[in-house]
Parts: sequence; C-alpha cells; structure tokens
Amino acid sequence: MTTLPQIDQDQEVRTSQEEHHEDFRMFGLATFLIADGMTFAGFFAAYLTYKAVNPLLPDAVYELELPLPTLNTILLLVSSATFHKAGTALKIDDSKNCRKWLLITALLGLAFLISQMVEYFTLPFGLTDNLYASTFYALTGFHGLHVTLGALMISIIWWQTRSPGGRVNSHNQFPLEATELYWHFVDGIWVILFIILYLL
Amino acid sequence: MTISLDNSKEGETKSLQPKGWLRYFSFSLDHKVIGLQYLVCGFIFYLIGGLLASAIRIELTSPLSDFLPRDVYNQVLTLHGTIMIFLWIVPVVNGAFGNYLIPFYVGARDMAFPRLNAVAFWLIPPSGLLLISSYFITGAAQSGWTAYPPLSITTPAAGQMIWILSVLLLGGSSIFGGINFIATILKLRRPGLKLMQLPMYCWAMLGTSILIVLSTPVLAGTLVLLSFDIVAHTGFFNPSLGGNVVVYQHLFWFYSHPAVYIMVLPAFGLVSEILPVHCRKPLFGYTTMVYSIMAIVVLGFVVWAHHMFTSGTPPWMRLFFTIATSFIAVPTGIKFFNWVATLWGGRISLNSAVLFSCGFIVNFVLGGITGVALAQVPFDVHVHDTYFVVAHFHYIVYGGSVFVIFSSIYHWYPKVTGRMLNEDLGRFHFALTFIGFNLCFAPQHWLGLNGMPRRVAEYDPQFTFVNQLSSVGALIMAISILPFLWNIIQSTFRGPVSGNNPWNALTPEWLTSSPPPIENWIGPPPLVKEPYGYGRNNKDSNEITTDT
Ligand code: HEM
Ligand SMILES: [Cu+2]
Repeated sequence: MTTLPQIDQDQEVRTSQEEHHEDFRMFGLATFLIADGMTFAGFFAAYLTYKAVNPLLPDAVYELELPLPTLNTILLLVSSATFHKAGTALKIDDSKNCRKWLLITALLGLAFLISQMVEYFTLPFGLTDNLYASTFYALTGFHGLHVTLGALMISIIWWQTRSPGGRVNSHNQFPLEATELYWHFVDGIWVILFIILYLL
Repeated sequence: MTISLDNSKEGETKSLQPKGWLRYFSFSLDHKVIGLQYLVCGFIFYLIGGLLASAIRIELTSPLSDFLPRDVYNQVLTLHGTIMIFLWIVPVVNGAFGNYLIPFYVGARDMAFPRLNAVAFWLIPPSGLLLISSYFITGAAQSGWTAYPPLSITTPAAGQMIWILSVLLLGGSSIFGGINFIATILKLRRPGLKLMQLPMYCWAMLGTSILIVLSTPVLAGTLVLLSFDIVAHTGFFNPSLGGNVVVYQHLFWFYSHPAVYIMVLPAFGLVSEILPVHCRKPLFGYTTMVYSIMAIVVLGFVVWAHHMFTSGTPPWMRLFFTIATSFIAVPTGIKFFNWVATLWGGRISLNSAVLFSCGFIVNFVLGGITGVALAQVPFDVHVHDTYFVVAHFHYIVYGGSVFVIFSSIYHWYPKVTGRMLNEDLGRFHFALTFIGFNLCFAPQHWLGLNGMPRRVAEYDPQFTFVNQLSSVGALIMAISILPFLWNIIQSTFRGPVSGNNPWNALTPEWLTSSPPPIENWIGPPPLVKEPYGYGRNNKDSNEITTDT
C-alpha cells in the first residue's frame, strides 16, 4: 500500500471517532425548528402585508379582546419556567419532582388550549368571514396545533420518567431536552404572535 | 457532550436488511443505497417529464391546438414543470449525489441521521405517483408549476389539491434532506478535517441546505393557505373576497427564487469536483469559490421580486430588486472564471464527463447573460411571460443542471459499479444532447423577443417555422437518451472492469474500493487535506490499493 503525502491515516483519531460520537440530535432539532419558524415568519409577513395594503372591507367584523390572550401569554410563559424546573430535576435523577413539574407544564398547556377554544367560540367572526378573520384563525390555529403536539409529547415524557421502569432519566435526557427546546420555541412564537396579532 | 454509539444494535439492523439488488427496494439506511435510489427514481421521473415535454413540443409544431385539447395541454405543462423541478433536478443534484458523496467527503461512514435520510427518500415515490395519478383520476392541476391564484383557485379543485399535497410532501422530503446535510457537513466531519479542506461539493451542499431549510417552509405555509382558499373558500389570495394575489407571488418567489439555486448550486459543486480530476490541475481559486457560494446564498434571499416586475410592483421595489439581482452576477461570474482558469493549461482528457461539464459552462454563461438582462426592468416588462423567459431558465436548468447530472454520471459510474462506460457512446450522447438542446432553446429567445407568450397551446402563425425548428431540437434531445440508456445497460453487465480509481482522483470517495464496501472504508477513513493536489509533485497519479 503506497501512502500519499496528503493522506495520513491516523489510528488514534479514528478510534476516538468510532466509539464516541458527538450527540447532534439537538443540533438537528434546532435546525428543524428554524425551518418551522420560517413557516410562521411567512404567515406573519403575509399578515403584516395585508395590514399595510388590504384595508378591511366596510361591512366586515374583526375585533379582538385582550384579556383572554393575555392570560394565555402568562400561561405559556409560566409553563416554560415549569418545564425548565422539570429538566433541572431530571439532571439529578429527582424523578418525583421532575414528574410533578412535567404534569404542571402539561396542564398549563391544556389550559392554554381550552382558553384558546373559549376565545374561538366567543369571537364575533368565523373562519371565512373576511381576510383578517381567516388570517387570525390560520395563525392561531397553526400555533395551537404546535401546542397540542407539545402537550402530547410532554404527557409521553411524563409516562417515560416514571421510576422505576421509565426510559427517560439522567442517563437518557434527550427526549426531555428535545421536548423542552420545542416547547420554548412554541412559547417564543406565541409571544411574537401575541404582539403582532393583538397589540399592533 | 458525547454519547457512545450503540454499535452492536446498528450492526444488527443493517444485517437484517436485504442484500444484492433487492436492497434498492428496501428501507435501506446505507447512504450509498439511498443515493442510488434517488438517482434511479429521479431518472424515471425524468423520462416521464421528457415524454410530457415531447407532447408539448409536438403540439407546438402547429399554431392550432390540434394534438392536445387546451385543458389537457395545461395539465401536461403543469405536470412537466412540477416533475422536472421537484422530482428530477432537486432530488438528483441534492439527494442522489449528496447522499452518495458527502459522507465520503467528510470522512464518515454514513449520514448524520440515516433513518431520517431513508424517510426523506421514501416520501418521493409516493408523492410522485400521487401527482401523476391525478391526471388519470381527476385531471391534473392546470395552473403551471407556479400555481398562481386566482387561476389555481378557479381551475378544477381536485387536481390542484393533489398537486398541493404532493408538493408539500416533496418539500418535507427536501427539508429533511437539508437538515441531514447540514448536520453531516458541520458535525460529522472526521476529526482533523478542517472546513476549508473540504471538497467544493460540500460547500455547495451546505449552502444549498441552508437555502432549503430557510425557504421551503415558507412555500409549505403558502400552499396550506392556498388550499384553504380552494376547499374552505377563505380569501387569502382571492381578490373577490378581499384577499391579495400579490402576497401569494411574494411568498411563492421567496421560496422559488432560492429554489433555482437549490437546483444549480449543487451542480456548481459537482463541476468543481469533476474538472480538476480530468485536467490534472488543482481547482482554481478555492477560497473565492467558497465565498461566492455563500454570497449567492445570502443574495439569493433578496432578489425574489425580479419575477414580479409586472405585478404592480412599486418603483422603489423594482429598483432594489434590479440592483440586488444584478449583484448576483458577480459571485456567479467568479465561479465561471474559476472553472475556465482550472481548465486553462491543464492536461485535459476530453472524455464524456469533461464534455458535459464544458457544455454546462457554455450553456450556463448564456443563461446567466439572459438572466442579467431579465433583471433590468425596462427590458423585462417587454419579455416577461414570453418564450424569452422559457429560453433563459432552460439554459440554466437543462443546459446547466441536467448537463452536470450527465457529466456526474459519466464521472462516478466507475465508482458505483466498478465498470467503465463506453466513451464513444458517451461522446455521441453529448453531441446529440448539445446540438438538440441548443436547437430547441436558442430559437425560443427569438420567439420571446418577438412577442410569443409562454404557456399557450395556440400561437400566431408567423411563429410556426421557428417553433418547428425548436421541436426538431426537442426530437434530437429525445433521441439522445437512447445511446445513454444503452450505454448504461450494457456497461453494467459487460463494461470493462475499471479498477478502484480509474481517473487517479484524489478526493476521498476514490480512496477505497470501487464499488465501496458497506461502511465505505475497510480500515480507517483517510484524512484528505488536499483534495485537489494534482500536479504538485510530477507524480500525481498514485495507485491506491485497499486490502479487501
Ligand atoms: C445570473 C443569475 C440569474 C439572473 C440575474 C436571473 C434572472 C431572472 C429573472 C429576472 C427572471 C424573471 C423573468 C420574468 O419572469 O420576466 C428569471 C426567471 C427564471 N430564472 Fe433566472 N436568473 C439567474 C439565474 C438563474 C438560475 C441559476 C436558475 C436556475 C437554476 C434560474 C431559473 C429561472 C427560472 C426557472 C425562471 C422562470 C420562473 C418562471 O416564471 O417560471 N435563473 N431569472
Ligand atoms: Cu429568480
């Protein structure tokens, strides 16, 4: 076997690569969330353009109340904090506290969804009433879908952190960390959505 | 943070997978198998898209719509565009070559997420079949590959909805692929291998994947809104319900201008791999190549409205997008001159791979020049939506990307099969393709400049002769596929054995056996610090042997 000057076959490096492998699943997830965020960015851009160039038609009804969405914002922000607490508890294998905080987080998510539903049913306009109504439902609906998915994932993690028998513990934190990142992302999107849709 | 890989488990899954040709029909996790799945699947769709193109060109040999009824013409046109873009060029220049080559180039044994990789591939055949089946079941979409509303809202809904669904699935596949490439290139690099030592195709794929990840989701969101307009009768893009069609165009082109680079940047990368090997010279201007790829990525996001100069776009916006678009010519020009400089004074072997690469350079420059012309508003308002635009983008997507795909097949065929292709047939294939292509599309510049609109089955009789000329070119292109197919089929069984490294190349994929073993290298992956170190020490052709 002739050795080329450019090629240096480094045994030590090789073994270290083959046995240990940086965990890049979080990196992959973060990339995915950037992509997901771009979907929202597209929706926001469309909404802002409508606001700039498409006035509400004269007979159209489109008015939003603030109290319920403000409550929703608080619910989600608190749930981000409680999720973080669950993550910290998992690191020290405190399964009991971890599960408690997870449960609280999931319930907060559920409360958000219920309150969102209440808002939907009390609003004086429906999906196809006018452009702004459609945009409102599309944006909040797409976000709500994310929350639903997140709440489901939290429930699964809650089940998996049971001790003994659960798969998620301080040696296998990835499922919880991934869901946590996702949850923070969904909360962040909500804050932007709240500002753009309700406050602007 | 480091975790240890559960090697035994991976090994088990792999050995459970079918061996031999059957594995190409399985949910294989091997990046090389997945790469070939992409290639063959893409090529089948290319043949279908080519049949549709032939139908279009037959129709256009006469000014009346006598071969296809008008609505069928529109369906054929829509399917042709959608298939060629989403099922042939994008999956092949990214998925096929990317999956086959990138793990070699970064010194890895597979992609970062093998399972996601297989999922990304297996989304493609069903969505392609879904798209094509719509023609037989409900009638395919009729609003072109751009699906502009209000046309896409008023044409038959079923076909349009199936179109949206399959494009959404293909977009998902593309995003999964992009995430995988970014992670593989940035995170899975062999220790000791620096970013600036990577072969150029890695940079092209990194840039492309960034484009994919940032732009494809916007298309997905837009198409979801469009489908609401179609089935739920919302009015996002429907002016009669207070909506705005121009918003659709902005969102669509925010994806689709980057999409043209998703089709051509990987081709840039592939050419940069092929030329140095066959000229025995280092790639000229490596660093400027890297920076121009990244410049194209950034600029690619701020030029989209050059597709909308006649959509009531305000003057300041037209000005901005004209200037930004013209700027893209700078990094593109740098790459062009770098390829020419790579060829300059090299010991060029004029084989089929090089011929197709040189064909690419010639065609791409012509397409680039018409592109810069189109970026100028005073010119564009006259030729927008005419055959001039059709000529422009076919010079780039066919003359550019498809030529590079063929070049790459000639270059990497021995790698994949361990056999050589027949060079005479290859050169004949090139001659037919090059002549047919230019005969088909060069006259379309004239048609456009003289006012023939695109996307119509009927036209003014004064254009008859030039259209027939173009159709003859298309016929030659169709015939050119035959020597290629024959070459591939007979070489698979009877081609001369190529040895491991028939081109004496230095990039890592050649530093193993041909075809490569399952995990790419028996023994450790080589550390290639100078992938283009040709002609450095008189003796640039080292025989690499791999003990098997
Ligand atoms: C030098 C770089 C380029 C410039 C300045 C440029 C400019 C333009 C402009 C201004 C248009 C709009 C024409 C019109 O509709 O009136 C256009 C259309 C188009 N370009 Fe380019 N282009 C360039 C490179 C490319 C590349 C690299 C590709 C593909 C790989 C490409 C593919 C297309 C396609 C597909 C269309 C037509 C889209 C449609 O309406 O269906 N272009 N180009
Ligand atoms: Cu463009």
